[in-house]
Amino acid sequence: MPLEIPKDKWPGSVRAVTIGAASADGGTRSKSITIGGQTTLPYLHFEAPTPNQPVVGIEIKSRRPEDWSTLLNEPWGDVMDDPAAWAKKAEEAGAGLLVLGLTLADSPEDAVKAVKSVLAASGLPLVVWGPGQAEKDNELLVPVAEAAKGERLVLGICEDKNYRTIVATAMANGHLVQARTPMDVNLSKQLNILISDMGMPKDRIIMDPTTGALGYGIEYGYSVMQRLRLAALQGDAMTQFPMLVTPGYEAWKTKEAKVGEGVPETWGDWKTRAVNWETYTALALIESGADIVVLRHPESVARVKAAIAELVTA
Amino acid sequence: MALSGIQIYKLLPQTNCKECGFPTCLAFAMKLAAKQVELSSCPYVSEESKKQLAESAAPPIRLVALKGAGAEVKAGNEVVMFRHEKTFYNKPGLFIHVKASDPDLAAKVAAADAYKVNYVGMDFTVDGFALVLDSDAAAAIQTVRGATKRPLILIGDAAALQAGLSACGGETPLLYAADASNADALAELAKGKAALTVKADSLEALADLTQKIQAKGVEDMVLDLGGKNLSEWLTRSTQVRRLALKANFRALGYPVIAFPCDAQDEGIAAAQAIAKYAGFIVLSEFKPELLYPLLVLRENIYTDPQKPIQVQPGVYEINQPKPESPVLVTTNFSITYFSVANEVEGSGLPAWLVVTDAEGMSVLTAWAAGKFDAERIAKAIKGFDVASKVAKKRVVLPGHVAVLSGELEAELPDWEIRVGPREAVDLPAFMKQALN
Ligand code: SF4
Repeated sequence: MPLEIPKDKWPGSVRAVTIGAASADGGTRSKSITIGGQTTLPYLHFEAPTPNQPVVGIEIKSRRPEDWSTLLNEPWGDVMDDPAAWAKKAEEAGAGLLVLGLTLADSPEDAVKAVKSVLAASGLPLVVWGPGQAEKDNELLVPVAEAAKGERLVLGICEDKNYRTIVATAMANGHLVQARTPMDVNLSKQLNILISDMGMPKDRIIMDPTTGALGYGIEYGYSVMQRLRLAALQGDAMTQFPMLVTPGYEAWKTKEAKVGEGVPETWGDWKTRAVNWETYTALALIESGADIVVLRHPESVARVKAAIAELVTA
Repeated sequence: MALSGIQIYKLLPQTNCKECGFPTCLAFAMKLAAKQVELSSCPYVSEESKKQLAESAAPPIRLVALKGAGAEVKAGNEVVMFRHEKTFYNKPGLFIHVKASDPDLAAKVAAADAYKVNYVGMDFTVDGFALVLDSDAAAAIQTVRGATKRPLILIGDAAALQAGLSACGGETPLLYAADASNADALAELAKGKAALTVKADSLEALADLTQKIQAKGVEDMVLDLGGKNLSEWLTRSTQVRRLALKANFRALGYPVIAFPCDAQDEGIAAAQAIAKYAGFIVLSEFKPELLYPLLVLRENIYTDPQKPIQVQPGVYEINQPKPESPVLVTTNFSITYFSVANEVEGSGLPAWLVVTDAEGMSVLTAWAAGKFDAERIAKAIKGFDVASKVAKKRVVLPGHVAVLSGELEAELPDWEIRVGPREAVDLPAFMKQALN
């Protein structure tokens, strides 16, 4: 019996966004990456091809993190003391881009030095996060943006209470911004509007709708991402940005991933469970429309990349 | 698709005889559409109309229930493509793959059967076993039944399935699998006694086969979509769901079975199957580190978005608090609770976390709705007898409800009221710096 498969035809599409600038474009990256551009829901090749595949980023820090799970010391080891060495190792582990997290202990000079050393050590496109306190973020990200002018970094994290300075310096120095809102479609749109209203070109905004980890609110992030993507396809301009989410950060906060002692035996082998926790969180978000997932463990990176390779094959 | 009142009215006699107890056929039709009356109240409906009305009342994806020796698992009856449109209803059953020829069959089944893991107050288990009948079927089923009551999927050729089925008296197992070569024989076998998996290389061939099998009198079918990788499976699963829900295409209106056990990365394939419409999922073996995250993912995806998970109000102990540890207050919205508990737990700092009954709303929403006010907080502190646990009567309010501190002082005169940060992520720093 011939079947007529119901197909969706959408009026809108996601904007394509390029991160990182190679020398021809005024930067030093060995290559840039482009994400977004979708004209239908994720990986439905019978409706439209996947124009750009999602990218797996690896999160590194400017200093050895004190609060990371000890399981993450195994794969990274000594390089956690040196962002440049860490960047190299992350590239070897298969990262498609790097995410460098600055810390409260960094001075502006430290931050610039860390960013420059990472840029020198690896040709991957780079996302730089402030430590997450408004004043300190501004204090560190402005000199970083200036020092890396033209590299098309992604500067994060812009939130409603702290986006102006970051957006301004990103505009002045040819970078992009990561616009984060707490798991809500309207808040997401609103921040994108505020950032656009400052004059930020629309191909330099990446949305971060926030996610919860598996077991800790992933269903909210998952559904908000699906709704944002549907809105984009329906033609709502202020949702037509690629999405970055941080399953690594979220998953490794959970007890299930973080600790191996004092937890129920029914949770099974710690390491496998922990990597599964991060991997499944990432996979679910990729199915709901993530364009960048930022991870921490190299095994999760390999598994998620293999899944992406299967998903983008028509 | 369900019919509207007007559509139903057209199928009624339209004589307004009032015997149904309603003044007009139209009034009766409206009640029928709202499912408030039974069609049998009208003695004059034609056989043809009855058939049409029955068809329209059938769900677009058939509900298939597998029954074991006292336990049951259901799939189907789904109504939306995206969970936010309404909710997903029947969680996919997770089955563990075992073999009749395995000398450790009894022990393996018993271990998986006994598994029980707790997640926010709910106990999760495996749902059943997929038994490959590669040696004496009756003996294997006897062994399995000695170790579990859960439903079975029987895998084998027609002869093995026949032997297996006759050893499963009174149960409804799922037989695997009918294809073009054996559809007649398996349909005969399954009729009235079992659900039947149907598999084919394309959706067209699958639809032809289900219709053929249905004509033989089998109602309960489950679809094996095949698919060589994640992308192909996602495509087929999405197409089947769309055909059923959007085109009301009956020939593929059945639950889908997935076999992550055959995939490159079992966990990833199972995670996709959970998110993307599987009704039954077969895992290669019982491994808690694989199973627990999948059970949690399944729970999360199938949580009704209109009814957020709530946690039980009470006093939660984080990192073994002592009498001098601080008392924190939050609401019983699960995500609010999790973010607070998770930050504090991750910091290693001990605390008493008082979860108040805010009807499952977040701090700000509950405050705006009057479900998280000084009175409720005081009631929780008193009701849970927090004072008896601590040496220092000091309570930390979420920063978003700083305005409540005055009223709370009035409600709890012998307590010191402190205003904490707005976001959970800032709690550890606040506890380290401000509470010592
Ligand atoms: S009993 Fe049947 S025919 Fe008579 S009024 Fe009711 S619906 Fe109409």
